[in-house]
Amino acid sequence: MAAFGTAAGRPLQGRGGSPGFRFTLYAALSIVVMFLDQRHGWLERARYVLQASAYPIQLAVSSPSAAWRWIHESFEAREALQAENRRLQALQRDLELRSMRFEALARENGVLRGLRDALPPVAERWLAAEIVNVQLSSLRQRVLINRGATNGVFKGQAVLDDKGLVGQTTHIGPWSAEVILITDPEHAVPVQIERTGLHTIAVGTGDTTFLALPYLPPNADIKSGDLLVTSGLGGVFPAGYPVARVTEVHRDAVQPLAQVRAAPLASIDTDRELALVWFRADHPAAPIADATGDLRAGNATLQPQAAPPHPPSASAKGPGARPTTPPASSRPRPEAAAPATPAAEEGSPAEEGPPSEARAPAAEPEMPAAPAPTAEPEVPAAPTPTPPGAPPPEEQ
Amino acid sequence: MLTAVAALALTILPLPQWLDIVRPAFLTLTVLYWSIATPRAGGVGLGWLCGLLLDVVQGPVLGQHALALSLVSYLAVREHQRIRSKPAFQQSLIVFGALAIYEFMVFAIDGWSGHPITSPLRWIHTVTGALVWPAAAAILSQTGGRRS
Repeated sequence: MAAFGTAAGRPLQGRGGSPGFRFTLYAALSIVVMFLDQRHGWLERARYVLQASAYPIQLAVSSPSAAWRWIHESFEAREALQAENRRLQALQRDLELRSMRFEALARENGVLRGLRDALPPVAERWLAAEIVNVQLSSLRQRVLINRGATNGVFKGQAVLDDKGLVGQTTHIGPWSAEVILITDPEHAVPVQIERTGLHTIAVGTGDTTFLALPYLPPNADIKSGDLLVTSGLGGVFPAGYPVARVTEVHRDAVQPLAQVRAAPLASIDTDRELALVWFRADHPAAPIADATGDLRAGNATLQPQAAPPHPPSASAKGPGARPTTPPASSRPRPEAAAPATPAAEEGSPAEEGPPSEARAPAAEPEMPAAPAPTAEPEVPAAPTPTPPGAPPPEEQ
Repeated sequence: MLTAVAALALTILPLPQWLDIVRPAFLTLTVLYWSIATPRAGGVGLGWLCGLLLDVVQGPVLGQHALALSLVSYLAVREHQRIRSKPAFQQSLIVFGALAIYEFMVFAIDGWSGHPITSPLRWIHTVTGALVWPAAAAILSQTGGRRS
């Protein structure tokens, strides 16, 4: 039957007015919804309900592959299971030995830090979550997991796998949650280079195989093979979790910034199971809750560094302007890429408390200060006779 | 309505990367079909509802796909007499235009709301959608025969 033949002659003004009127109504409604969702986050509740209603469809779509996997697993051969069992037992013994060593190290670390007792681990509780096999959006890197608000999952929770950081939760439904991966182009992780302590930001690229580190000056001390760990800034991830390993560093004399790529440690595109983590809020390595605003400000000040900022005022003030600028300890070492070193020097008088606590607030203003305009007036006072206001690449 | 749910299922079905890029926007095609075939049953309201569902599943902002889909379905309802009388090839061209308008709306709102994806790959599905249109319309007219 030709469906185009139905309802041909009837007028359209059946119910709800003409299509033009209805369109205006719905368009206005969607604009209001968009505005509320974007600006105020008032629709969290509505989104929660809608996500619950969409979850059955998503489960249904993912069920064939889940069923296939289940069948595959339940008919697995006995030999394979035994081999896996042996392998897991060996692995467990290995991990037990290592954790023994870890406890001794933690105690020793506590003693060195002047604490009476070793601190409990920063992760308080773990929850395994399975990835629901649906495509959320083709050009974004999101996954859906089968844990939601009924399991205590909250927005902005860290998600890990057994090798490293995977992402964080964005939208929470009652039984499901959307996870934005660290490789999503809209995601950025505040990281620290484990070897040097240098702070920077790892930005997703939309490709699951690498992250980009776009905010590093060309003279930054970074090389291929460096491990990136979370720095604890930003208020989402606690300090010290492995994120990625640097794979290539390009230093182009023409570019104002180094081009660095890093491969995520977590096996993001093959994972079936993830772990949601709850952290102790009072632990020194816990994420700093109110650092989000600082992070945004730090990004904003990083923007203008390609152009030399205020050359005339810098040459006019000269060395006289030096005492007014706080990070004076960076003067003897004019590399703009050593933010952690002055931070450690500043933090050293107040070493009684746990060092990561003392370091973290000191490091926050350090992130923008590394290549920021405020550091530039000090350049004339440096031992090397560089022209005033020269961009960082010419300092070395 | 059932066809819309089926189309949504097709939209979120996991596919390998290269196939995912050329995957047509099934839900948009379904809404278009119903807007043209039965403007009273389908139309702007159906478009808006389906768009909202799509927003929940994959949109960064609620209301994004809802606005784009209701615009496209409004255009389809307004021009449904003229579109129906066209041969299949010209219908495909019209559908291509509608999909382009739809994708442009989504793209623009992506940009305004601060979630831009500038990759040209996002436009590929408008072409495949237009190619799939005759088949989709045939399948949907089978289900529609029973329904209305």
